[in-house]
Amino acid sequence: MFSKWRKKKTDQLDSLAEEIAKESGESLLSDKKEEPSAKEGASWASRLTSGLSRTRNSWVSSIASVFGDGKLDEDKLEEFEDLLLQGDLGVEVTMELVDHLRQGWKDGKYKTVADIQESLKTKIQEELTLKISPLNLSESPFAVILMVGINGVGKTTTTAKITSLFQKLDKKCMLVACDTFRAGAVKQLETWGERLDVTVVKGKENEDPASVAFEGIKRAKQEKVDILIIDTAGRLHTQVNLMEEVKKISRVVEKALPGAPHETLMVIDSTTGQNAIEQAKVFNEALDLSGLVVTKLDGTAKGGVVVAIHRQLQIPIRFIGVGEQVNDLQNFNPEEFTEALFAI
Amino acid sequence: MFGNLSDRLQSTISKLRGTDKLTDDNIKEALREVKLALLEADVNLLIVKEFVNSIKKEVLGAEVEKGLDPGKQFIKLVHEKLVEIMGTNPEDINVKKGGLHKVMMVGLQGSGKTTTTGKIAKKFQDVNPLLVACDVYRPAAVDQLLTVAKRAGVTSFEKGTDHDPVTIAKEGLEKAKAGNHSLLMIDTAGRLQIDEKLMEELARMKEAIRPDDILLVIDSMTGQEAVRVAKTFDDTLGITGVVLTKVDGDARGGAALSIRKTIGKPIKYIGIGEKLDGLELFDPERMASRILGMGDVIGLIEKASMAMDEKTAKRMQRRMGSGDYNLVDFLQQLEMMKKMGPMEDLLKMIPGMAEMGGQFDGASKEMGKTLAIIQSMTTEERYNPSVLNASRRRRIAKGSGTTVQQINQLLRQFEQMKQMMKQFKKMGLMNPSKLMSGMGGKLPFKF
Ligand SMILES: Nc1nc2c(ncn2[C@@H]2O[C@H](COP(=O)(O)OP(=O)(O)OP(=O)(O)O)[C@@H](O)[C@H]2O)c(=O)[nH]1
Ligand SMILES: [Mg+2]
Repeated sequence: MFSKWRKKKTDQLDSLAEEIAKESGESLLSDKKEEPSAKEGASWASRLTSGLSRTRNSWVSSIASVFGDGKLDEDKLEEFEDLLLQGDLGVEVTMELVDHLRQGWKDGKYKTVADIQESLKTKIQEELTLKISPLNLSESPFAVILMVGINGVGKTTTTAKITSLFQKLDKKCMLVACDTFRAGAVKQLETWGERLDVTVVKGKENEDPASVAFEGIKRAKQEKVDILIIDTAGRLHTQVNLMEEVKKISRVVEKALPGAPHETLMVIDSTTGQNAIEQAKVFNEALDLSGLVVTKLDGTAKGGVVVAIHRQLQIPIRFIGVGEQVNDLQNFNPEEFTEALFAI
Repeated sequence: MFGNLSDRLQSTISKLRGTDKLTDDNIKEALREVKLALLEADVNLLIVKEFVNSIKKEVLGAEVEKGLDPGKQFIKLVHEKLVEIMGTNPEDINVKKGGLHKVMMVGLQGSGKTTTTGKIAKKFQDVNPLLVACDVYRPAAVDQLLTVAKRAGVTSFEKGTDHDPVTIAKEGLEKAKAGNHSLLMIDTAGRLQIDEKLMEELARMKEAIRPDDILLVIDSMTGQEAVRVAKTFDDTLGITGVVLTKVDGDARGGAALSIRKTIGKPIKYIGIGEKLDGLELFDPERMASRILGMGDVIGLIEKASMAMDEKTAKRMQRRMGSGDYNLVDFLQQLEMMKKMGPMEDLLKMIPGMAEMGGQFDGASKEMGKTLAIIQSMTTEERYNPSVLNASRRRRIAKGSGTTVQQINQLLRQFEQMKQMMKQFKKMGLMNPSKLMSGMGGKLPFKF
């Protein structure tokens, strides 16, 4: 389904780095092209790269081929409604969009399926382009990024991906392993750290994550890094004490370095349904999120719920994740995202 | 966003009052509300359509039972039908001491396979389970399983990350046979259902191990995608059951309905919380209520158990039943409740309460005020409020940022509460777990 994004795979992180460099007026060192995971040896990498099947290549770029190019009627409108609902856009957003279409049809503005399709795409794209500000790469003395989200959505993997991205921009990164709770979590980040050749600051098992974060800031000051990325434990938004814990992390970071964290990114799994809205709401209230990362879009889920999140909370989508390797990170592109919503 | 189904049906269904037959015309709106409610709960669209059609067929032309409100009859039917689809109460996996029960755990990335593996192992601790680490892809996945096994107090087997997972599984099986293990749990890597190569790996593993159970682990917050995931895993592997995870969240869990309806396999367990004792047998009726938005008793109990241990709960219960329940006890209870989160959210989790909707807005603030008042009292005053004369009350009002009237009101309400508790005790309602299960079983519909 997202094969279109997958195809650019080998060089996608490079082009993302280039884009960001352009946005922020930074220079991009061209000798940084070496694959970060290459030194891991062929076994690990090759097992994954050749993995994904070709089923997704049956990507149909336009729904016109499914709906026909015929005249509009109530049934056709309902088919659009179904399509949006199946993309996890949710009842509220879907109804509003379809009502808008119905009105336009009744007013004689739209006559064919193609008209409607165009209007719908434009409308969703407009929804999604709110407030995307470029990443700030040159915070002084360094930028701090806090990664948060519920369990298993891809925080740690995304942390590794973002690190690799910044390395391509010739930034010195450091990671902090604040998940002192989940079994194997620290080791997981450490493994990424070794592969990417960056320092990982860690605490002891069950140590207060806020004090690990504090230690991270201290070390980052000493070692003069450019970017410090803090990976936190997965937590359900309904767990009040764990939400307090992550608030404390953020507070301690701010105390140790006024102005930090400069970005608080919430990672959302694209297979999540309507509950993602509530999740984002609670995390945003607790932490004042600066952006979202939508992961696992290399699957068949469309992640349509982010449209509602974006609208209700006005949080931009910073990146998307399209696989399990460090290279599988892309800039969020409203046009491509919308295009993919309509892919069948 | 829309509240629960019975709220939504209020206006539509009041129109049904007075009719003695449900017809195509008079139930149309009600059916649409059902459709929207299920979609909000993340039930798959195609399943929703099918469900709504079957409801329609069933109610059309049905005579309204004498003495029964047509609306009530309608919603009862929806609930019953939902429970029916969810299946009967599932049985535990068939583990017996002396035999060897082989289980493969499969699912998407991040769905909770490893944690669930640990939970099941812990549950069957006494049959000496062996956990096998077959996720050779995700960094430190092997490490995670070994730690989980240690926490569960069971044995594990690993061969690092440089071997074919099928080979590791086979060796694990040999080890289980040789080592007097009666339960073999194979934890596999998370994978996308469209990843043919990795799906094929699972098929080979199944061939080699011939497991008694293949459990598909799915996140309860999954959206429309749940159907595709369940179908492909089932088509490829013939799964025997489903485990629904992260049920301690507040997702409606429509995925459960979609999965059950699509593949017809039982949902066996639900996962609650990250600790290894958070595993329960799936309860179809409770899930049906949850999907319809009629309360979340599980979530409430989970929250309560996080805020207080059993001993404290028991003591509290005793104090509440005693005649000398005082403001010190009350304060302690309020502080505990505060730890559980905003009052409004808690109240909404109780079946039936959610229906009262807006009535609870501001409950947290009220509670905050009450807390402040009691906190501004001296210990003596808490034990013996009768010493509270006018000047003391003024002092407390000042200290807590409230008024003397508010303090008077609180003291009055506290007295009433004490009386009520005595009544409860007489009626035998003082056992909270009894109270809970009483509420969870049958739903107090609001008509
Ligand atoms: N297919 C796919 N898998 C992903 C993506 N991002 C992460 N994953 C996988 O999802 C699983 C969970 O990822 P983690 O990075 O460990 O998630 P997490 O949020 O850190 O998890 P916890 O710390 O346990 O809450 C791993 O198997 C990852 O490889 C993605 O974009 N696509
Ligand atoms: Mg993690």
